[in-house]
Amino acid sequence: MEHYINLGLRSIFLENLALAYFLGMCSFLACSKKVETAIGLGVAVVFVQALTVPLNHLLLRYLLGEGALTWISPALAEVNLSFLSFILFIATIAAATQVVEMAIERFAPALYNTLGVFLPLIAVNCVILGGSLFMQEREYSFGESVVFGVGSGLGFAIALIALAAIREKLTYSNIPAGLRGLGITFITAGLMSLAFMMFSGIQL
Amino acid sequence: MSAASPAAGGISFGPRERSILLDPVLVNNPIGVQVLGICSALAITTRVDKALVMSAGVILVGTLASLMVSLVRERTPTSIRIIVQLAIIASLVIVFDQVLKATLYELSLELSVFVGLIITNCIVLGRTEGFAMNNPPYLSALDGLGNALGYAVVLVVVAFARELLGAGKLLGITVLPLAKDGGWYVPNGLMLLAPSALFLIGLLIWALRTWKPQLQEKD
Repeated sequence: MEHYINLGLRSIFLENLALAYFLGMCSFLACSKKVETAIGLGVAVVFVQALTVPLNHLLLRYLLGEGALTWISPALAEVNLSFLSFILFIATIAAATQVVEMAIERFAPALYNTLGVFLPLIAVNCVILGGSLFMQEREYSFGESVVFGVGSGLGFAIALIALAAIREKLTYSNIPAGLRGLGITFITAGLMSLAFMMFSGIQL
Repeated sequence: MSAASPAAGGISFGPRERSILLDPVLVNNPIGVQVLGICSALAITTRVDKALVMSAGVILVGTLASLMVSLVRERTPTSIRIIVQLAIIASLVIVFDQVLKATLYELSLELSVFVGLIITNCIVLGRTEGFAMNNPPYLSALDGLGNALGYAVVLVVVAFARELLGAGKLLGITVLPLAKDGGWYVPNGLMLLAPSALFLIGLLIWALRTWKPQLQEKD
């Protein structure tokens, strides 16, 4: 249990996908002008990330990994299809995004309207693919994949919402003309990244 | 520079082709101006050799993906175009990843997931979606190459600054002798950490927008 809490905290704060690995920077910068949209995108990312990382883990274990096909026949023990992981991961992600989108539209129309265009865009967000690739590289178990999926999604959402809140306040400051908009956002994100490094070394 | 051979299916290199190829490098840089493909630009620029390998990957994938998407553009139904483009890009990235693992294994371990993330690199998908879907193959390939080169330039500049200031080295060769080895240069450890890339790109954008005021945002 302790191990899982530790992993969860690491993936939220210490190995924050946005601020330590710079994944999903495009939407991180583009969708952080208002807190409201940031919350919408954050929720959507947590949803999809929590779904795709465990799903891709199962795919890897029962279809792609070395000796994964032994459940069909022992003769296939030599087969290693892991080079196909990129293309299958992206297919899972596109499909999962579609399913999540339809489910939310059906069961929570209010949330669907808030999320709007961000849901389909998540399919090409590098946070999601990055999460699955990290899961493959670090060889997480199924339980770890679930925790890592939820944790890394939450970490991204927290960073995104915090940046949006800072940017709303930045409107009132006097910034040099060339630095206005994007430039200062980079500097802000850099400072946030420094602040998040403070969490390094935390171990339960 | 102009290898004009209009007979060979309109493959020539005139002013239009030159601007398609060179504009993204200097005038309309994908990172500095359009803000695409930032993720990997930040994450793998701690050393120049990593930046070079990553640039090679994006140049290869970007050019070939634009070319192939453009070749099948008239047979691609609009409703499934994104998935077609992703399939083409993902296949090219798999090839690059396998070649990298076979030739430069150590480096491929250090680049870890970022080679795979070329698939979702907005530059590649942005060019196939924004340009190659509506333009002939030759121009699309030039456009893909130009944008990938623009990306590569920024990547190498940032990596140059980070490796030089952070470790006193370039491509692993010591340029500034470090104080701890009896030299004079005390390295700036921050340059090797994640936040410095954000600061450097922020400063780069500042410099670019001071040089070209029409790019400044008004708000």
